[in-house]
Amino acid sequence: MEQLTAEKPAPPAETTTPTPETIRLEPTKGFRRVFAPHELWRYRDLGLQIAVRDVTIRYRQTAFGAAWAVLQPIAFMAVFTLIFGRAAGISSDGLPYALFSLGALVPWMFFANSFLLSSESLVMNQALISKIYFPRVFIPAGVIAAGCVDFAISLTILFLILLVYGIVPSLALFVVPLLIVIAVATAMGAGTALSAINVRYRDVRYVVPFATQLWLFVSPVVYPSSVLSEPLRTLSAINPMVGVIEGFRWALLHNGGSAPWELIGISAVSATVLLIAGLAYFDRVERTFADLI
Amino acid sequence: MSYTAIEAEALGKSYRLGLSGSYGSLREAVSGAMRSTVGRAVGRGEKRKTDVLWALRDVSFSVESGEAIGLIGHNGAGKSTLLKILSRIAEPTTGWAQVTGRVGSLLEVGTGFHPELTGRENVFLNGAILGMRRAEIRRRFDEIVEFAGMERFLDTPVKRYSSGMQVRLAFAVAAHLEPEILLVDEVLAVGDAAFQRKSLAKMAEVARAGSTVVFVSHNLATIQALCERAILLERGSVVDDAPVEQAVTSYLNSLERGASKNLLERTDRDGRSWKESKVANLAVYDSVSGEPDVIVGGRPVRIVVGLTKVLPTMDCQLTILNNLGQPITTLDSEVSSPEDVRDPEREPKIECSIEALPLVPGRYRIDVLLRGNQEIQDGLQAAAYFDVEPGLSGGRPMPVDGADGDVVLPHSWRLPG
Repeated sequence: MEQLTAEKPAPPAETTTPTPETIRLEPTKGFRRVFAPHELWRYRDLGLQIAVRDVTIRYRQTAFGAAWAVLQPIAFMAVFTLIFGRAAGISSDGLPYALFSLGALVPWMFFANSFLLSSESLVMNQALISKIYFPRVFIPAGVIAAGCVDFAISLTILFLILLVYGIVPSLALFVVPLLIVIAVATAMGAGTALSAINVRYRDVRYVVPFATQLWLFVSPVVYPSSVLSEPLRTLSAINPMVGVIEGFRWALLHNGGSAPWELIGISAVSATVLLIAGLAYFDRVERTFADLI
Repeated sequence: MSYTAIEAEALGKSYRLGLSGSYGSLREAVSGAMRSTVGRAVGRGEKRKTDVLWALRDVSFSVESGEAIGLIGHNGAGKSTLLKILSRIAEPTTGWAQVTGRVGSLLEVGTGFHPELTGRENVFLNGAILGMRRAEIRRRFDEIVEFAGMERFLDTPVKRYSSGMQVRLAFAVAAHLEPEILLVDEVLAVGDAAFQRKSLAKMAEVARAGSTVVFVSHNLATIQALCERAILLERGSVVDDAPVEQAVTSYLNSLERGASKNLLERTDRDGRSWKESKVANLAVYDSVSGEPDVIVGGRPVRIVVGLTKVLPTMDCQLTILNNLGQPITTLDSEVSSPEDVRDPEREPKIECSIEALPLVPGRYRIDVLLRGNQEIQDGLQAAAYFDVEPGLSGGRPMPVDGADGDVVLPHSWRLPG
């Protein structure tokens, strides 16, 4: 260590500035952090920088860059079309199977990637969490914000492909923003909860990829939800991705059926519950992150 | 106008011992996670899951705005924990604290940087991490870049920077931070020596400008240079809160009291918690008399470090400090000489020989750091004390009171008449 020859600090300078804001630090009870809007607002600049960082680094030094956002669903579409569409002959509500699965894969890939990356996000940001304070929810939220950029890109490509197929958007398009909100809420609810559990139990790293695969097959990605009989079909919408996917197919592909309002409605409710539960759990354990990570 | 910048009242922080994640059922896990005082302590002491360690207990103090105070104490005394609570990273288990004013920290170089981001992007990220507003960074961006002197590399990813460039950029951002309260944990801000040096200078400047500074360091010389007041923590409690000289003296006294203990029993160690090799004993021998701990100045000296186990590529670093806790010199076997001997068959002892001990009479302390298997294995402050008796240096009697420095150099004169 260097020896310092610095002078002793001068006595405090007289200032005329008003006494700055006081923060009280004490053991907290109840929900204090995620559900504290002014706290989030106070740290908004850091939240923004974290989101910017996550968006920026996502495809840094990759040859294909943001094309990955498109390549992934298209690759899945190709495989699914061959296996489930051709070989297994699964019904696709009268649509070309490729379009049928792509329409589902675009929201699904957003969800699956966001869920996976956000569940790992707190652990990936260990250094930051153990060294500075900020509302920790910015970390999984930043990852999901980056996922939204991908989502926007793949959605744009989906529109172009639809135009190539001669499918023109109809008024039903107006439901898409709602579906996107449901998908984001689902990813956020599941992602924040799992990221918080991951701080303590690294088992999450093994559970999430596996859970995502299972989730894929209980969501109507490779098959239409019409293969389920009622009331199972309606009940399946408790999985929020059911409403999102069937809503996407209806709004974008006009799969002939009537609007699946009941699915969208149930999914919207369960996504809201999932989001609140996920954030509430995160809020409860947030204060222990620095001690455990 | 002066006001109370930091006030702490009966602050306490407990950690639950035991490997986190080793808990049994999910039910237990969930209820455990709900409690606010779950903690981590990997391999420290007895691993019983019900054990609770109080890292801080009943800590009360207050700091006026514009004051610079130091936190001193042994390893594990709770200094870093206290700083973590004040910076809101960790939550207290009991008591409360009030912090008035914008808090900033100086962090290790890498913390605020993302290697894939460009210099420009990292300035914004790092600035936000240190607590600057976005508008503030934008306003001072040109200044920061000019200060770092790296206009040309702004759009290059930081991972392509040399470490020196990274330090310059990190420091340029930190230097433009204008916190009302600056919290610095030297242990957290370790790493690059150049960065550390600059950071300390920045701290001095911030303190002079009238900000409040709370500084945690092992380096008593820096503490004494920067702070008027120091708080001495021992096992989580405040044992002294006094003008810096007085607090440092009580710390040095407590260090010396602790040093007489069997080294293996000491718990205030650095290094990995699952050490493979530890320092078992350390003694200084006068090679002429063969006596330990009392040395005649100017004579050859052997410092012998006993280990619990021999590992591949072991190295030892010995720092000799004077009775004010100021380091005088560091002897490091990692900086090798052709005269060094490495023999894997040797007994578990490291020996350092000094041809003629160039220290003036007085009391000295040795800190030791042990490396092995590419990692820090063990570290102990005040592993040993020794007294230097007046002797000859190059045939010349040594000054008896060391008022003018600690070191005496063998030398000769040529005088007219």
